[in-house]
Amino acid sequence: MIHAAFLIPLFPLVGFAVLAPFGRKLGNPLAGWIATLLVAASFVVTVLVFVALFRIAPAHRSVTEPWFDWISVDRLRVGAGLLVDPLSLTMASFVTGVSALIHLYSIGYMRHDEQFPKFFTYLNLFVFSMLMLVLADNFVLSFLGWEGVGVCSYFLIAFWFDRAEAASAGKKAMIFNRIGDAGFLLGIFLVFERTGSVQYTTVFARLGHVGTPSLVAIALLLFLGAVGKSAQIPLFPWLADAMAGPTPVSALIHAATMVTAGVYLMCRINPVLHLAPDAAHVIAWVGVATAFVGATSACAQDDIKKVLAYSTVSQLGYMFLAAGSGAYVAAIFLMLTHAFYKALLFLGAGSVIHAMDEDQDIKNMGGLAKLMPITGVTFLVGWLSIAGVPPFSGFWSKGDVLQNAWAVTPALWAIGAVTAALTAYYMGREYFLVFQGQRRWVEARPEASHGPEHGESYTARGLHPHDPTWHMSVPLVVLAALAVLGGLVNLPFHPSLVFLERWLSPVVGATLLQHHFSAGAEWLFALVDAALAILGVAVAAALWRKSSDRPALEPRFLSMAWWVDAAEDRLVARTGEALASFTATVVESRVVDGAVNGVASLVRTTGERLRRVQSGYVRSYALGLTAGVVVLLAYLLVRVGS
Amino acid sequence: MSVHASWYLTLAALLFTIGAVGLLVRRNVLVMFMCIELMLNAANLTFVTFARALNDIGGQVAVFFVLVVAAAEVVVGLGIIVAIFRRKVGATADDAHLLKG
Repeated sequence: MIHAAFLIPLFPLVGFAVLAPFGRKLGNPLAGWIATLLVAASFVVTVLVFVALFRIAPAHRSVTEPWFDWISVDRLRVGAGLLVDPLSLTMASFVTGVSALIHLYSIGYMRHDEQFPKFFTYLNLFVFSMLMLVLADNFVLSFLGWEGVGVCSYFLIAFWFDRAEAASAGKKAMIFNRIGDAGFLLGIFLVFERTGSVQYTTVFARLGHVGTPSLVAIALLLFLGAVGKSAQIPLFPWLADAMAGPTPVSALIHAATMVTAGVYLMCRINPVLHLAPDAAHVIAWVGVATAFVGATSACAQDDIKKVLAYSTVSQLGYMFLAAGSGAYVAAIFLMLTHAFYKALLFLGAGSVIHAMDEDQDIKNMGGLAKLMPITGVTFLVGWLSIAGVPPFSGFWSKGDVLQNAWAVTPALWAIGAVTAALTAYYMGREYFLVFQGQRRWVEARPEASHGPEHGESYTARGLHPHDPTWHMSVPLVVLAALAVLGGLVNLPFHPSLVFLERWLSPVVGATLLQHHFSAGAEWLFALVDAALAILGVAVAAALWRKSSDRPALEPRFLSMAWWVDAAEDRLVARTGEALASFTATVVESRVVDGAVNGVASLVRTTGERLRRVQSGYVRSYALGLTAGVVVLLAYLLVRVGS
Repeated sequence: MSVHASWYLTLAALLFTIGAVGLLVRRNVLVMFMCIELMLNAANLTFVTFARALNDIGGQVAVFFVLVVAAAEVVVGLGIIVAIFRRKVGATADDAHLLKG
């Protein structure tokens, strides 16, 4: 059954191949159903392969499925093939599962969009690329998928490209990712140069011959790739802007799957990180710093999706903190649960945005819980999960991360713990502003006062927010169930309950951080985590349940995300622009054009001068001939004479 | 009695100079043409002189080649000259300066 693994990426590729030429003809909603069913089929195959792999003895749970020689030049041998092991299958299963749900949701969400088939074409291409990234058995094929998800991300962020901010957000995502991709590429080059191979298993087997400085360089270069893709400091501003895309895209690509590719890469190269602890420390610190910056920025956002975007940045920071601490299982665990609750929160936000008629400002919402019970309850579940309130899934996964951070150094734990409380707080703020308190949307709409008939028609649309169609509520409910129960895959109570850790141990077991806390310490950690989460929830409730306007708590410094975006704009973008305009006006017009025009005018003036020689008079030619003969003769005579 | 070779060579040089100077200073196409013939024959005279002086038949052979070339040149040259005179009676070489840069 493991040999069927090739079907996992094949199904979405077929979907793309069918929808790209025929999507418009298949139309709405058939194109969406085809895409959804193919991704669901891919999920089913993944589960079957998962079960098949589970039946193999743990030591042999790493199966390479070679397809063909892709690139073969001199020493460089790049094959196309799949690496089926617990890590890649864990990723593949939640990628296909969450993707299938979000495809279904999109059928409802995008049903009024004229570009409906195109949307699903891109989504299927994205799922294919993501699966190639995850399942590839070598760095180069992973890079292919890596670039594939990048370009799909661009397509989908800029899906409504007639909106200026969506088009520029797409470009921004692309450019930020290019910076990271350069690091990834250089990392691959260095890997090949040092080990003579790009295949994961071969590379990891040869790491013993590679010096530590090279390993640190490899790890940091690949981490640079991950920083770009997973929106870490300093390359995170693109993720907030990426919210200009359709909400299902934000849920799928910019929360659940693509942005976790960087974390996946770090877990994949765990043997390298194990041998390069300095690089691992850098990763952990960048991760925890990003977690903190993201969480504080999320506290002051007014856009329902931007809160979630900065929250994603922050959660990804946690994952890097875990990966950098050597806690790969915790990183994957958090990635898994985060995929559930963050996709849930985004889809809930999408449903709210639909109900509010495309208004995304949480200050204009409020009191929606009674009107949209399914959305309200599932969003509440998502909030409590991400906040880490026991027994929701976030409590278990975040607890894992923090505990491992403590084992590295308590400072990491402290920042992470503060961030955890902030997480509970900012998501609570969003929940209360959207679903509880005053209904601010009646007064907040100036259009309603245009006239009686205008106001009435608007009222008919705007004043009765309701739960979405079943396409959209089923994914919400399923994801809410997963967000509640996701913690079950790795419960710390008993060695027999840590399924995920045992499942992943063939891949990361050898390099896993070994730490042993006493049972009492573990309970203490759990209590502190729970207390922090409940503290955040309580503070949010106290502050935002009644009031919607507290400028003191939303300083501009935080709503501008620590001015990182502005600073980078000033420092890099403006400088680059100045350099470009300098090149265009000075270098281009003076130096380049000058050289070209100089050569041309040199030739022309020489020609002008020389054309006089060709007078057309026979006698002057004859004179020339004679003069030539005389000169030659004189030369010969002088030579003979001397 | 035999005349010394240097006389012949002097004569040939003289003829060549007359031809060259004539070519340079005259405008009449026909005269210029004759000047070219004069120079060719000056060269021929030199060849023959050296052939006799050095007792080498090669010089006389070369003369035949020159004569053949001169004959061919006369055919082409006279054709061109006739064509020029047809266009304009009493044309000089300077009138045919159309091929200038």
